[in-house]
Amino acid sequence: MRKFLAVSAFAIAAAAGIAASSAASATTLTLCWAAWDPANALVELSKDFTAKSGIDMKFEFVPWTNYADRFLNELNSHSKLCDLIIGDSQWVGGSAENGHYVKLNDFFDKEGIKMSDFVDATVVGYSEWPKNSPNYWALPAMADAVGWTYRKDWFSKPELQAEFKQKYGHDLAPPKTYEELMQIGKFFQGRNVDGKTVYGAYIFTERGSEGITMGVTNVLYDYGFEYDNPKKPYQMEGFVNSDGAVKGLEFYKELYKCCTAPGMTNAYMTEGLDAFKSGQVAMQMNWFAFFPGLFKDPNVGGDKIGFFPNPAVGKTQFSQLGGQGISVVSYSEHRAEALQYIKWFANPAVQQKWWDIGGYSALKAVVEAPGFPKSAPFAPDFLKTMGFVKDFWAEPSYAQLLLAMQKRVHDYVVADKGTAKEALDLIVKDWTKVFKDDGKI
Amino acid sequence: MADLGVPNLADRLAAATPETIAKPIRGLSDRALAWLFIAPSIVLLLAINIFPLIWTIYLSFTNYRANRPNAPIKGVGIDNYVSILTDADVWQPMQATAHFVLWTILIETVLGFGLAFLIDRKFRGHGLWTTIILIPMMLSPAVVGNFWKFIYQPQTGLFNYLIGMLTGQSASSFEMIGSVRLAPWSIIIVDVWMWTPYVVLICLAGLRSIPDYIYEAAEVDRASKWRQFWTITLPMALPFIMLAVLFRGIENFKMFDMVNLLTSGGPGSTTEVASITLKREAFESWRTGYSSAFAIILFVTVFGLANIYVKALNQVKSR
Amino acid sequence: MTTAAHSVVEPSPRSKAIAGTLVILYAVISMIPLVWIGMTALKTPSDAIAYPPKIIFTPSMAGFCDLFTTQSRQTEDYIKTLPPPTDTCDEITRSRGLVTAGPSNFLPRFFNSFIIAFGSTFLAVALGTLAAYGFSRFKVPMADDLLFFILSTRMMPPIAVAIPIYLMYRELGLSDTHLGMILLYTAVNVSLAVWLMKGFIDEIPREYEEAAMIDGYTRLQAFRKVVLPQAATGIAATAIFCLIFAWNEYAFAVLLTSGSAQTAPPFIPIIIGEGGQDWPAVAAGTTLFLIPIVVFTVLLRKHLLRGITFGAVRK
Repeated sequence: MRKFLAVSAFAIAAAAGIAASSAASATTLTLCWAAWDPANALVELSKDFTAKSGIDMKFEFVPWTNYADRFLNELNSHSKLCDLIIGDSQWVGGSAENGHYVKLNDFFDKEGIKMSDFVDATVVGYSEWPKNSPNYWALPAMADAVGWTYRKDWFSKPELQAEFKQKYGHDLAPPKTYEELMQIGKFFQGRNVDGKTVYGAYIFTERGSEGITMGVTNVLYDYGFEYDNPKKPYQMEGFVNSDGAVKGLEFYKELYKCCTAPGMTNAYMTEGLDAFKSGQVAMQMNWFAFFPGLFKDPNVGGDKIGFFPNPAVGKTQFSQLGGQGISVVSYSEHRAEALQYIKWFANPAVQQKWWDIGGYSALKAVVEAPGFPKSAPFAPDFLKTMGFVKDFWAEPSYAQLLLAMQKRVHDYVVADKGTAKEALDLIVKDWTKVFKDDGKI
Repeated sequence: MADLGVPNLADRLAAATPETIAKPIRGLSDRALAWLFIAPSIVLLLAINIFPLIWTIYLSFTNYRANRPNAPIKGVGIDNYVSILTDADVWQPMQATAHFVLWTILIETVLGFGLAFLIDRKFRGHGLWTTIILIPMMLSPAVVGNFWKFIYQPQTGLFNYLIGMLTGQSASSFEMIGSVRLAPWSIIIVDVWMWTPYVVLICLAGLRSIPDYIYEAAEVDRASKWRQFWTITLPMALPFIMLAVLFRGIENFKMFDMVNLLTSGGPGSTTEVASITLKREAFESWRTGYSSAFAIILFVTVFGLANIYVKALNQVKSR
Repeated sequence: MTTAAHSVVEPSPRSKAIAGTLVILYAVISMIPLVWIGMTALKTPSDAIAYPPKIIFTPSMAGFCDLFTTQSRQTEDYIKTLPPPTDTCDEITRSRGLVTAGPSNFLPRFFNSFIIAFGSTFLAVALGTLAAYGFSRFKVPMADDLLFFILSTRMMPPIAVAIPIYLMYRELGLSDTHLGMILLYTAVNVSLAVWLMKGFIDEIPREYEEAAMIDGYTRLQAFRKVVLPQAATGIAATAIFCLIFAWNEYAFAVLLTSGSAQTAPPFIPIIIGEGGQDWPAVAAGTTLFLIPIVVFTVLLRKHLLRGITFGAVRK
């Protein structure tokens, strides 16, 4: 009992201590982002900022599966935790309309930061709200999209190449179409390579946040899925659930059934990395953001890894846009210092180093430099992919739209519930309800 | 009603309202003192439990969204309740919850009582082994759920590896959290692993509360051990067993953390228990009004079931 | 009961042996996942996700290093430009082709857990003891209803409570503060504490206080000098249960805190290493997080059994 009282007293005293010490410290900026390779690279990069400005940096990184929940909750509760936030592209609408982000137009004008210096897709995707209007709420910080990695060492084994050619009549090479991708997947599925059973492909199937949606849309876009009628906004019947979309969804399920490793039923980026790094899969769907880290991996990196952009269906080729812009949170008490950070970050030399140590710069001066395609093996695919990206809804209600799609797609693909057509019909129904509640239709 | 699940509580309550004892020599009257002692707890509960509850009831009749502070709040009557109770998608989590609650209670009670009965044989070192058995319930359910995700990995996880070794099947021939058939059992296994110790503790207390002289009398009557078990041990421990069922039932009806980290409600919505649905509506969709109504429905359900159950419990006790 | 030669209720040696074997078997099986957590904490990240799982491996401190720091994978050329490593962890990290980017948030989160869990346990036990004494010794109007009301507050699903609490804390500026979390956990635990403590205090004969009051003690003095020491066992048992809840709570913590007051349970499952979840670091965090509560429980274990049944067990 004594012990307990002593411990409690200590804890309370310690709490008082913390409160006192935090009040006395100098300016510290807190930057919020997702926990992944590029974020760790940003920590490394930001050491230069601290050295130059004397402003300390603190970081709050949350894994992707909790990222949206956590930080939207943060913004909605008007918390002062984050001074700077690298927020997902879909949040721009809500954050602009609800006043979570500081509008950056005046600051950009004053500091001579021009949005035309950044890759167009990233400016529309990460900074603008309403879309395609010169209202900027973020500086493009991390360009990203979905691409693929494959085991170059396995693909180049002569015996496998011969067997593949005999079976399918063409060379074992990075696939150009989804059909080919499935062939390769089936070819490797359950095969014994270097004494281990391996599997065909890794694809996103995560249920809890955005995983399966970010995976399936890559295929859906190619097969002709559209979010709504290009001529009549929010009219989704016949676009979301078009015949092409049904085929695309069926393909994704078939790919999941035929060619993925056991246990990949609730898998997103991190599970994909684990599967690829532990030598389980021949091909991996993932965000370009991870490719620098994978390339440096001692076990599967270097010569053993290759990269390819999303395959096409006929002439249609799309990729799901990822990536984020960096914004100043309007509840921050250190707005001036936060803007100072953005100014430093927009500097071309910093942007170049950002790319060099594992981030993806969206600055044209970096990615359009003549040496860029040669600077990394995945750089050319990245440039190509950024030319055909598409993004999910960025509406203030995007979270509801996403929840519905997650549920319906996972129910169909993983839990074997209903048909593809039924799943897409339900998405139309759910989305229509959301837009009705919002008064958009 | 206040007799909630506590054996002999009725007696205690009766005794707890005594004739006023010695008058205070100076200072406050007993009545003032009583309030002084009780008030802080009541005030805290009013502020942090009851006021929010009333607020929830109010919100459940509106279309409020906590992520749109500027939007006007409109009363929508009982629309939220109607749309929840008529939505087929809501029955899925209710069924998932019922499956989870019923099976965990059943297995934990049988296993927990069995273990308690064995521990009560007082073999050498039973104290040490009891303490060891208790460790899983001291873990954080969220941390447990997360780590079992690792253990259940069909390729790299320990669970499939061990089962594979025991049955001679390939370890990756089945998926605990990935298949629609097994996923509901994967969350039950983890809950049983974690909370059977709790039931053991309660049952042990029940077994220890049976006075020795009753067994001694039975021995004198030459009742067989088997008969002693059915006529003495089980009936006398029953109120405690029922208490364990009540506690585990309430806790698992509220289950969120462990399941959310283990399966996120998947595959599809197979293991999406009610609290996960509620969390998604409240803190991801931000439909505050709608989810308030859902919260009230859940609360009324658990409150109602617990009430009925306690009535039954009191009857068992008074027999 | 200890040496009573052949008490009729003393189980036979054979039944003891069988019981012992079965209980130990269960204990061993239920320990497997915990042992696995301990083993994973000592693996390297790649050993942790090896398939088939590795039972025999070379121990490494990488998990613990990863738990306390964040790292970034860099090329050899880049690493060569850095000053030499400053400590063992730095060395281990560098040898894996990574650089230590900075400290992780584990220590602050652990510290928050400490403050919030012990602070709220202390408050809940203190308030609960007072209220229990009030209910036990005084004629309180509607005592039954009040007691039931107190207990019923525990039946609300945490997520349901979290909705209005979230709104309320947002208005009051209590989101993500130690005070807010301590108050919340105290409120959740106080209902349990009142019920547990009432059971214990009811068992303390009131003659003790009466005698003390005849000797000239006021009621408050009698409470402090007579009742409290008698209730020590109950207080200890109550403290264990309150602490287990407050130490491990996740739902409120994840919804109402983010940085400055976040506790460890929402943090441990989200330790991401390079790419994938860093299982050795997660396991190391889990192990470190388990130690305080196990120590606390083992120290007070004698009182545990009495606490769990709301003190209803009579000697």
